[in-house]
Amino acid sequence: MTDSVSEPALAPAIPASSRSVEPPLYYRHRLPVRVMHWINVLAVTILFMSGLQIFNAHPALYWGKSSYTGQPALLEIGARENASGSLVGVTRIFGHEFRTTGVLGVSRDAGRTYRQGFPDWLTVPSHQWLSMARTWHFFFAWVFVINGACYLAYTIGSGHLSRDMWPTGADLRGIGASIIDHLRFRHPVGEAAKRYNVLQKFAYLVVIFVLLPLVVLMGMAMSPRLDTVLTGWVDIFGGRQSARTIHFLVAWALCAFVLIHVFEVIVTGLWNNLRSMITGRYRVPPEAA
Amino acid sequence: MSLHIHDRSRRRFFARVGAAAGALMLAGCDRLSQTDWFPRFLGSAETLNRTLAGTIAGRKAMAQEFSPADLSPTFRSNGTALPQNAEYQKLAASGFADYSLLVDGLVERPHRFTLAELRALPSRTQITRHDCVEGWSAIGKWTGARLSAVLDRVALKPNARYVVFHCADPMEDDGTMPYYESIDLDDAFHEQTILAYDLNDKTLPIQNGAPVRLRVERQLGYKHAKYVMRIEAAESLADINGGNGGYWEDQGYQWYAGI
Repeated sequence: MTDSVSEPALAPAIPASSRSVEPPLYYRHRLPVRVMHWINVLAVTILFMSGLQIFNAHPALYWGKSSYTGQPALLEIGARENASGSLVGVTRIFGHEFRTTGVLGVSRDAGRTYRQGFPDWLTVPSHQWLSMARTWHFFFAWVFVINGACYLAYTIGSGHLSRDMWPTGADLRGIGASIIDHLRFRHPVGEAAKRYNVLQKFAYLVVIFVLLPLVVLMGMAMSPRLDTVLTGWVDIFGGRQSARTIHFLVAWALCAFVLIHVFEVIVTGLWNNLRSMITGRYRVPPEAA
Repeated sequence: MSLHIHDRSRRRFFARVGAAAGALMLAGCDRLSQTDWFPRFLGSAETLNRTLAGTIAGRKAMAQEFSPADLSPTFRSNGTALPQNAEYQKLAASGFADYSLLVDGLVERPHRFTLAELRALPSRTQITRHDCVEGWSAIGKWTGARLSAVLDRVALKPNARYVVFHCADPMEDDGTMPYYESIDLDDAFHEQTILAYDLNDKTLPIQNGAPVRLRVERQLGYKHAKYVMRIEAAESLADINGGNGGYWEDQGYQWYAGI
């Protein structure tokens, strides 16, 4: 059932009979998936960067129903002046202090230093501007959610989920081998390259069904009005400030996923992968090396 | 591939393209933020937020209330801690004995409420969470007159759609631009919307908005106007100050602060 070749739309684009020097192009990603992928790239990028700008308005994280519970903050990004009067960026995590001048707490620009949680180049808009960041964030939150809902409907309705993403028994038995292959940067060739590998499947499933819904839900938990839908529902996650902390951590987990994803895209052939997500056509790496 | 470029230089090329694209995107976002039309376009999502909130969280849905164990040790003061307003400071010096709250605008019977009158109105005590737009929360116990009781007393005219709060704290250093806020009638007549005069069983301190501050529990902190001097019922917000219904709203913040 994992053999995508049985699916007509996924059949080789160029007949095997045409004796090309290069292996044939294979139709890997269908149009709806490609369009929704790039809308998602835009939405998630803006959400992440405007989210960090929103965080900069109060660069601290807490656990509990409120920020002022008598317990110290879990994370605090700040600045203080040293003996010679220059600004030092200070990040405190669970009471441990780190000097983070230039990255967190204090930014440098053309010899000037100024207080800023996350630096300009990571936020939208780039300078401190909470109301504008919220305006960007909430607009692209809707883009993301509507796009995500369409993707879910498509991926379930078209069979993409059960056919291409759900791990098979053979997948599960091959986890160990797949981990070793990934660590050695050995990538599938031939028929195997047409399918998602087992680690890829797990990563996608966790992102699609755990991290993304969770980040949305925790965003909603921060809304005082949406908190009233079911009295106390936010306490399931530890309270509003815990929800804010989870929202932040999941955002960074998604960032880590994107970094690994982009890394894998590069090492398995940047142009080939990019083309397959733009035109749908993927050149299958030949079997024998 | 037939390209005769070394793999490493090709990778460097793509890294540069990526960095350039990122810088361009950032600059583009900043440029768009400075225009009039783009933030207004993005702001259209506010209608969706309000519709969603109204649909899944009913008009009368109650904000969560907490137990005394959840109280924040001290209730953080944010924004103005002492209004730079001579008239206000004179009132404060005599313990607000001469304070009165004017309620007028689109009402049948405009009235000045003394503090004693406010304290005699039907009241409510609630332990609620205050969520600042910056991201922090604090939990406090508030007691105050129900805004619905105040509005019933003056009787809104049928065309009144908003309740506007005019405050004593000037937002400019030269003493101008007094803080103001506004809410719709759903929130004005909500059971938990009160004009608070006590915080944590003590008279409301000046740093938290004495003698009277609004509590509108299903919205963010900036809606909870402190130092309220006058309440005005209005049909439209367009002609009041900057026209967006509040001091922060005039600076670009959302009028609907339920998100």
